[in-house]
Amino acid sequence: MTPFKRAVLGSLLALSWPAAQAADGQKVFTQGGADPAALACIACHGADGGGMAAAGFPRLAGLPAAYLGKQLRDWRTGSRRQAVMEPVAKALTEDEIKAVSTYLASLPQAPAGHLRRQQIANDPTERLALYGDWSRQIPGCVQCHGPGGAGLGEHFPPLTGQPASYLVAQLDAWRDGSRSNDPNQLMVGVAKAMTADEIKAVAEFFARSASQEVNP
Amino acid sequence: MKLLIPATLLLAAATSQASPVTMEDQTQLNVPDAQRAPQFVPPAEGELPDNAFGKMVRDGHALFVDTRRLMPDAVGNGMNCSNCHLDQGRMPHSAPLWGAYPMYPAYRKKNNKVNTYAERIQGCFQFSMNGRPPAADSPQMTALAVYSYWLSTQAPTGVELAGRGYPEVPQPTGGYDFARGQQVYQAQCAICHGDQGEGQKVAGEYVMPPLWGKDSYNWGAGMHRINTAASFIKYNMPLGKPGSLTDQQAWDVAAWINRHERPQDPRLVQGSIEKTRVKFHANDGVNLYGQKVDGVLIGQGTGG
Repeated sequence: MTPFKRAVLGSLLALSWPAAQAADGQKVFTQGGADPAALACIACHGADGGGMAAAGFPRLAGLPAAYLGKQLRDWRTGSRRQAVMEPVAKALTEDEIKAVSTYLASLPQAPAGHLRRQQIANDPTERLALYGDWSRQIPGCVQCHGPGGAGLGEHFPPLTGQPASYLVAQLDAWRDGSRSNDPNQLMVGVAKAMTADEIKAVAEFFARSASQEVNP
Repeated sequence: MKLLIPATLLLAAATSQASPVTMEDQTQLNVPDAQRAPQFVPPAEGELPDNAFGKMVRDGHALFVDTRRLMPDAVGNGMNCSNCHLDQGRMPHSAPLWGAYPMYPAYRKKNNKVNTYAERIQGCFQFSMNGRPPAADSPQMTALAVYSYWLSTQAPTGVELAGRGYPEVPQPTGGYDFARGQQVYQAQCAICHGDQGEGQKVAGEYVMPPLWGKDSYNWGAGMHRINTAASFIKYNMPLGKPGSLTDQQAWDVAAWINRHERPQDPRLVQGSIEKTRVKFHANDGVNLYGQKVDGVLIGQGTGG
């Protein structure tokens, strides 16, 4: 479908549908929003919403709806900056944001890792991921992001199964201020306390854990 | 705090008459204040020997950080040891194990006897974890004591190390305020501990500990004291941002948390909250047990 045809169709739908009609989340995911600038999610985030690791596009499938909705709204207000997502988020309506977030949350999520906070960690990366470094006030990643980094509630998204380059980009964004939408500024302090080498290592740790980990 | 002192002295006097062998509590004396920089450094994981002792240390560590899952018979709520003793029992001002282990045996007013370290940990299981303490000579208690001993490597015995316990946060002159505490809670704590203090779970297991309700510490736990909770909060919370709350905010939010119901004090005297208050709470820091707040009696227990 050309953007023009989609725009026409979108306009017709907008005119013909009653105002109360909720946006169709699956349609936003596969075809985009009514505004042609609201590109379809699947183009970059994959047909199953699983992301595109090679390009660093994150997994969206199974993430909490409230978290996804907040990110889209934060791109609109500028508390999260990213060249591709900002115009997409600004082109989505509030109804579309709600609908596509709910739809994405309903998609099957990556299996949670079995890694628990139990063993004494000898490896420095594992130690940082599980227990942190309190001499620098860095909590262990899994203390908030849940066992195995599988996510916790609506504020702490999964780390496991996200592309390493995406995780690195987020930590870098908190360090340089292009991402400042973390609740209570919990991440900015952590990111700034980490070294570049640690960021890379811990990102690879979680990217790896979903694909390789069985039961260490 | 000042108002409490005369009552405290009176009660202490009454207690000593009833029980002539009593003495000052050795575990509550002179917790070094936060001004003294902690110097002690527990051993690194890499220094752990690969032998039977090292294995027992690892076993104790596992129980310490994953208590509820590994000791379901002993833990009756949603808490782990590491919830109140951050960084695996290592962190200064977070009641580190290396600050506690070398101070036992010690007399404790709480149970009016000289306690071994094992008996002290049993108290944690009975109150903070609202459970059934494992026997002092059980493998689990041995493992927890061995882990504590290892963390205390090269610590002097019977010396109050800087960084031990939670530093005292003096009660603000204006006291505390529940409404302000609720605001602090919603702004700073609810994101992890939930709007109703219920904590957060993943796959049925608590990741963020519940602060009140049936799965939290009971009315006999030290954390039910507003002064103790304020000290813990000020120096440890929010996670990764210690010291970010003012003394007033720490007291306010501690009061808000500790005005909520939690499991009954297991020492309940003849089923009477009032008798339990008089015997165990009237002389125990600043707490609300057995008092009325907004016309409601506090300390009724969650029944869970």
